[in-house]
Amino acid sequence: KPVSLPLHPKTRVAVMSGQSSGCGFLMSVVVHGDSTLNEQEKELNQRLRRLYPAVNESETPLPRSWSPKDKFSYIGLSQNNLRVHYKGHGKTPKDAASVRATHPIPAACGVYYFEVKIISKGRDGYMGIGLSAQGVNMNRLPGWDKHSYGYHGDDGHSFCSSGTGQPYGPTFTTGDVIGCCVNLINNTCFYTKNGHSLGRKKSNDWPNLYPTVGLQTPGEVVDANFGQHPFVFDIEDYMREWRTKIQAQIDRFPIGEREGEWQSMIQKMVASYLVHHSYCATAEAFAKTTDQAVHEELASIKNRQKIQKLVLSGRMGEAIETTQQLYPNLLERNPDLLFMLKVRQFIEMVNGTDSEVRCLGGRSPKSQDSYPGSPRSFSSPSHKASSSQPYLTGFDSSCCNGVTSNKSHSSSPHSHKACPPSSGSTLISSDISVNGSRQQPLTSDVDMEVDHFTNGVTESSSNGFLNGTSKHATEPDDCDADMEVESAQSKRQLCGGSQAAIERMIHFGRELQSMSEHLRRECGKNSANKKMLKDAFSLLAYSDPWNSPVGYQLDSIQREPVCSTLNSAILETHNLPKQPPLAQAVGQAAQCLAIMARSGSGSCAFASVDDYLH
Amino acid sequence: GSCILSFDINEVTATSRHYVDRLFDPDPQKVLQGVIDMKNAVIGNNKQKANLIVLGAVPRLLYLLQQSSSGLDLRTECAVVLGSLAMGTENNIKSLVDCHIIPALLQGLLSPELIFIEACLRCLRTVFISPVTPVQLLYTDPTVIPHLMSLLSSSQKTQEYITQIFSHCCKTSDHQTVLFNHSAVQHIAPLLISPSYKVRMQALKCFSVLAYENTQVSMTLVNVLVDGEPLSQVFVRMMQRDQPVEMQLTAAKCLTFMCRAGAIQTEESCIVLKTLPCLVRMCSKDHLLEERVDGAETLAYLIEPDVELQRIASTTDHLVAMLADYFKYPSSVSAITDIKRLDHDLKHAHELRQAAFKLYASLGSNDEDIRKKITDTENMMDRIVSGLSESSIKVRLAAVRCLHSLSRSVQQLRTSFHDHAVWKPLMKLLQNAPDDVLIMASSTLCNLLLEFSPSKEPILESGVIELLCSLTQSDSPALRINGIWALMNMAFQADQKVKVEIVGCLGTEQLFRLLSDPDNSVLMKTLGLLRNLLSTRPHIDQIMSSHGKQIMQAVTLILEAEQSIEVKEQTLCILANIADGNTAKDLIMTNDDMLQKIKYYMSHSSVKLQLAATFCISNLIWNEEDGSQERQDKLRELGFVDVLHKLSQASDPNLSDRAKTAMQQYLA
Repeated sequence: KPVSLPLHPKTRVAVMSGQSSGCGFLMSVVVHGDSTLNEQEKELNQRLRRLYPAVNESETPLPRSWSPKDKFSYIGLSQNNLRVHYKGHGKTPKDAASVRATHPIPAACGVYYFEVKIISKGRDGYMGIGLSAQGVNMNRLPGWDKHSYGYHGDDGHSFCSSGTGQPYGPTFTTGDVIGCCVNLINNTCFYTKNGHSLGRKKSNDWPNLYPTVGLQTPGEVVDANFGQHPFVFDIEDYMREWRTKIQAQIDRFPIGEREGEWQSMIQKMVASYLVHHSYCATAEAFAKTTDQAVHEELASIKNRQKIQKLVLSGRMGEAIETTQQLYPNLLERNPDLLFMLKVRQFIEMVNGTDSEVRCLGGRSPKSQDSYPGSPRSFSSPSHKASSSQPYLTGFDSSCCNGVTSNKSHSSSPHSHKACPPSSGSTLISSDISVNGSRQQPLTSDVDMEVDHFTNGVTESSSNGFLNGTSKHATEPDDCDADMEVESAQSKRQLCGGSQAAIERMIHFGRELQSMSEHLRRECGKNSANKKMLKDAFSLLAYSDPWNSPVGYQLDSIQREPVCSTLNSAILETHNLPKQPPLAQAVGQAAQCLAIMARSGSGSCAFASVDDYLH
Repeated sequence: GSCILSFDINEVTATSRHYVDRLFDPDPQKVLQGVIDMKNAVIGNNKQKANLIVLGAVPRLLYLLQQSSSGLDLRTECAVVLGSLAMGTENNIKSLVDCHIIPALLQGLLSPELIFIEACLRCLRTVFISPVTPVQLLYTDPTVIPHLMSLLSSSQKTQEYITQIFSHCCKTSDHQTVLFNHSAVQHIAPLLISPSYKVRMQALKCFSVLAYENTQVSMTLVNVLVDGEPLSQVFVRMMQRDQPVEMQLTAAKCLTFMCRAGAIQTEESCIVLKTLPCLVRMCSKDHLLEERVDGAETLAYLIEPDVELQRIASTTDHLVAMLADYFKYPSSVSAITDIKRLDHDLKHAHELRQAAFKLYASLGSNDEDIRKKITDTENMMDRIVSGLSESSIKVRLAAVRCLHSLSRSVQQLRTSFHDHAVWKPLMKLLQNAPDDVLIMASSTLCNLLLEFSPSKEPILESGVIELLCSLTQSDSPALRINGIWALMNMAFQADQKVKVEIVGCLGTEQLFRLLSDPDNSVLMKTLGLLRNLLSTRPHIDQIMSSHGKQIMQAVTLILEAEQSIEVKEQTLCILANIADGNTAKDLIMTNDDMLQKIKYYMSHSSVKLQLAATFCISNLIWNEEDGSQERQDKLRELGFVDVLHKLSQASDPNLSDRAKTAMQQYLA
């Protein structure tokens, strides 16, 4: 019987919690190659990353200091371009001078903040703190001209693109810390004095504003804090409020008008996802409970599952053989794919896991069988590296992780791969987490009239999801039990340590070489193929390939993109989509956020796709 | 139509009667089913609830609930149905309380069965949070509170219900003490980190009601650790801007109350950087009207005694301008088209205005710049003026508090107060107002009667003297002080006519009564009044000729009594004023006893008293006046010249100068 309860938005993607690497590119931060980063710079980078996680600094760097190039001549800079002093005559307003930061404020900050400490008010304390666009005259105080905004110390007025200010806040002087906060979501800004917000100002909807400071009389000195030190004002608290607001907006976003429509779409997405990744038992159970048709033969799903298992456990020879058996023309028509599989087979030979060397080697077949599921944090560098693949592939592969983390805990995200294909109950629980509300047990509770609290806040968890997870918790974790951890690194030997295996590997390498040459003659140069082969062969240049610069290839995680590419190729021959709709939707959401960041829409800062996948 | 209607009612009553009848079935299984059916029938149906109560379901349900033979299921279902009935109207609650539901349910809490306890607590909670239930019923049996404390560890539900009962039933300092003595703090503190939001929220509310104006509780709270973290930090976390507003606001209240009780310093960052900004935020348009009222009132209370907090608040988020918005309800937007909105706005309009006035009063109580900022706010004085004559007593009181705070400014008294003739509504307010309004209004009046206030004249002409004199007869010391204080200000440099009117209206009898007032400040202000009355020679002679005898008696009494230096100084100053009169001088000169007293005070250990006494003598022997020769002679005989001579060598320069000046009168 179909379930028609609407799903809480948070449960939409609950089945795939654990996915994480997909949006890596959104968060990538320029890491300076310089290994001698001093403490302050480290602190600065950490703070900026924490405050503005959505900013892609390779595209839009954050301001870190004042610009020695973008200033009037009466301005002097010192202390790593953070201290500003006035060095003009300071006789009339014509002697005013400003300096801008090195970079404009990226929209993906959502909320941006910097502070300035007044070291000395100098002769008259005619100091202005604010924002201006590139090209605004620097022989002026911020706020006096178009696309320029400032809060002035001598009278406490705020200037918005005008020579006359409006009463705004208190005056400020030596020892005060003045902050400027830009909200790129609602296009407002406010200033702070010694940690106290002075009140919102209307819209500066001009894009690409730079932090700016202006001085006008001798002796005036101010220090900027772009995140080098903790801020006096609690900007993180302010950002928390906006994050909550944006997320509430997303949560409340109206979904399908007709009852059940939204849910059936979600169910379709989940089902297609399960089928795509060949979780056949789960897919079957899910389709049954949600009353859906599966658009692929069960046998076909099982076949793909079998091949994927072989690839993911490193048994490439068998994987290729099985593919050729089950899909006779597939690899012949895709020579590049076959080449890729063979290169992977070579790597697995070096690793000692491929079936061809395994039977020659000394390691027990059982341990070879198991897919190494060593605990690995999602943010570990190795995983990041894998996501440098085209985005959707990255998602695709890591999505495999997601499903079980509902069940077994995320410390062993890959554990389900070790389950035999026949274990029908592997993922059966995931349908509960989607439909759980239907099965909510009411027996233990006295059912009572609902409370009428006028101002009580109801807890935001959806019962469906909670119910699902609690079920999982009580279920014995049979997959973990089957799993074996890869033998310790110190025991690793080339091709499992067998001389025969090494010979076989060398021979295979030669075949691969000639295959590569053949391919080049037939299909022309292919730099990707060339690099792939070169990298694989490089493994032999090191006595301990696992700890070499090219050793990452031996990491089991590198099997995932191979597996995914092969799977997609098989699906294509069946006229099925290369990507599951779920992955496409997630990818599309991530792309939208990137476009928002570029077009100056600040709310992208608080709408990370990741937040909805965990 | 009416015929059909009555038929309907009969039918409903008939089915209701059937439900009640089933409670008396001899088969316990059928009774249980009857109760369950009744439960399903009453959910969300207020009419059905009222019917069942009228038909006597409650005593039967209570009986079944109390019988141990009833079985757990039946007893629990009874408690659930009673809980449902309690969720109806206030009349339902009254009926339940009248049927002694509270002792029965409290008795039920002694059961070993958690499910039954929870049902009882839930019903108790619903009954106790109703405004019609007397909270005292919770404290009648002294074993109840400790038992509730012990139940706090049973389940999340017991925690939620019990803390909610506590937070609604802790209304007085006695209640606070009872709960505190039963270790409420230790029992409830761990609930602040409960996984359940409702439990955290109710626990937080408990702390806010426990700490309010309670130093003992507040001092204890600062030393409490929750999971290794100081309680104040837990409250700070609850004020984070991503927390629900209700939680932020209640946590800010807890810290405010702890601060006002002296347990946290105002300059600590949890107050100045967290609580204060949080409360200012609550005043913004983004929040519900109730939250804005609560926020403004709490902020007013927080900053009331501390000028630094007042200064910071006045510059935070344009608070002064933000509060002006509180006067715009019901707004023009809430037009007739949106009745619901209009009704809501109307309901809160008074609350908003009084909260804004209170906060303005706190903001302006010390700093002149802030007062100026407030009076410069759009239509501020007009709003105060109309606030003074609003129908809501709460608004009137808050408006007059605000006016009082602003009246401490010389600048405002001279300008805006006069321009807006605030004295008019103020005078009106003073007629038949309750004491708290009267205290504030008369205190404000005192400031309006200062000599530089342009409002002084019109107030005098409005017949205020009688009113002020009647205030001096009040039982409230604050009103007596304000009355006499205002009269004192009024008499300062006043016309003879005014002075005569004051004396005439007050009456010497009342004047003497005030001179023996148990409140020292009343006495001081009365002496001040006398001093102001007895200034400039014609006034002195006029008043002394009619009341000289009584005044001299009073002066004698005070000088002979155990009184503070300040009081005696004032009295000697009055005597010096009398000595300045023409005819009045004789009242002293013919009173040898008084002259001896003056001589005594000229040699007193207090320089202040010596000065005042010497001043008095100096007035008596002043040369240019009639009869000065005789007076000089008499005083010489009495040995005053020797005393003056001695004083002319005093170490205090003022005193020696004064003595030398007096001596010169003899030489001339």
